Amino acid sequence: MTAAHSVLPTLAPLLPELILSVGVLVLILYGAFRGERSVEGVNVGALLLLVLAFFVVVTQPAGMKVTTLSGAFISDAFSRVMKGLVLLGSAATILLSRDYFQRERIDRFEFPVLILLCTIGMMVMASANDLIALYLGLELQSLAAYVIAAFHRDDLKSTEAGLKYFVLGALSSGMLLYGASLVYGFTGTVSFPGIVSALHGDPGFGIVLGIVFVAAGVAFKMSAVPFHMWTPDVYEGSPTPVTAFFASAPKMAAVAMTVRLFIGAFPDVTAIWQQIIIFIAIASMALGSFAAIGQRNIKRLMAYSSIGNIGYALIGLAAGSEEGVRGVVIYMIIYLAMTLGAFAVILSLRRRNEMFETIDDLSGLSRTHPVLAFCLAAMMFSLAGIPPLAGFFAKFYVFAAAIKAGLVALAVIGVVTSVVGAYYYLRIVKVMYFDEARAPYEAMAPGLRIVLAISSVVVILFWLLPAPLVGAAGAAAKSLF
Amino acid sequence: MIGLSHYLTVAAILFTLGVLGIFINRKNVIVILMSVELILLAVNINLVAFSTHLNDITGQVFALFVLTVAAAEAAIGLAILVVFFRNRGSIAVEDVSMMKG
Repeated sequence: MTAAHSVLPTLAPLLPELILSVGVLVLILYGAFRGERSVEGVNVGALLLLVLAFFVVVTQPAGMKVTTLSGAFISDAFSRVMKGLVLLGSAATILLSRDYFQRERIDRFEFPVLILLCTIGMMVMASANDLIALYLGLELQSLAAYVIAAFHRDDLKSTEAGLKYFVLGALSSGMLLYGASLVYGFTGTVSFPGIVSALHGDPGFGIVLGIVFVAAGVAFKMSAVPFHMWTPDVYEGSPTPVTAFFASAPKMAAVAMTVRLFIGAFPDVTAIWQQIIIFIAIASMALGSFAAIGQRNIKRLMAYSSIGNIGYALIGLAAGSEEGVRGVVIYMIIYLAMTLGAFAVILSLRRRNEMFETIDDLSGLSRTHPVLAFCLAAMMFSLAGIPPLAGFFAKFYVFAAAIKAGLVALAVIGVVTSVVGAYYYLRIVKVMYFDEARAPYEAMAPGLRIVLAISSVVVILFWLLPAPLVGAAGAAAKSLF
Repeated sequence: MIGLSHYLTVAAILFTLGVLGIFINRKNVIVILMSVELILLAVNINLVAFSTHLNDITGQVFALFVLTVAAAEAAIGLAILVVFFRNRGSIAVEDVSMMKG
């Protein structure tokens, strides 16, 4: 008995992942036995599982920092905050998808199942404490994501999006792995604490090469420049709720993974990766601002917007300080709210089974749907970084951390690109409020209303009560240092 | 005597061939899938060579995980390719171009 006890790892920190894993197997069986009639049940079940996992994550003891599975899996304040965001993003996706999928007649029970599998992968990414766990979490997330990009399987655009995502995603996984193999070979270990203690003084060429390849792999997963080329096509081609998903939850997980990898495994060789992150941040911000200007399609516009936003979040990581990581976490919380809110509006542009996706379709929205237009305007002002909306504070915290770390030029470039970016966000507001009104759209589905209401409250009223979110982000950052 | 550096060189060459295969190939998506496998096998050579060199089993365990995931990845890639072929009627790389990005 004692022998068995010593072999069995502690499973308590894994509870949220275990709930989802067992739950998803039950849902697959239920779906397989009941067939197409199970769609409603599987969706409700998936939503309940996500909510349950969310409560388990947020009620785990605040100061707890434990590793399990021989150190491969860590549960600390940082992983809990990022997992909470991932779970919220996934739950919101299921709410956003119901009405759209029913009308498009692709309402199958596999979708919530795949979302849950993807969520498990993302949670492992946020908690990975060695390279093997990181790779497995990443692949579980990616493989599920490739399938849901191609979920509208009779639609050429959707399958093309899935194929492009798969090919480039597989390439990036290969680069990440090649880097991981070099890091393993030149440090002799795959665990992050082991890598920290193996890296002293001047790292050799092998380590530098390994870090560069790993950085390329994670940059792809975050859709940061120069590995962003898949993003606009995949966002445009995928069904819109899937695009909302890609823009929300997987970004949280990718950023969590990147921060833990660089801060947790390579804290003593900051000089190597800092230049890479600074370059990626500047390139992403610039491309996100300039390339979005000419876009007509809102989904493509949101793709460029997400590339730019990742650039801003990476400013905090480039600072490499506790304050910088806190800025990254705050940025991701607020970005999640803004993105989900914007997609809730995009998904409600529908008239008799026809979806509208261009910016011109927003024309005069303030007269036909004043509330919708007001909420989207709030999201756009917030994305542009105008106070007192949440987006301003998100940028403020990362810029402040960068200046404190001596990266003044980086912060200045960030401010300049956000002014350029404001042009296309404000153009949407102008189109909604000052252009000719079009025929009204259908009433919003209840799921969209819930998501839009919650994210609007977060974005508009963040300044009234920032303490809980900022405090959680501060605790998360503290647990990494 | 064949040492660690020989294995690393072979792996680096295979990796480069795989990456080139993805970017230079203009004919067929299946070739891209084969190139991806080449990249993953290069990684495995690296891992096993390091594992033997360091006398540490972790690298071989990692290689087994990579093999498993590569199988799943190939299955999903082929499934997506079949769905795409049904809609487009072709798997030539230049036909994967409805959206320009």
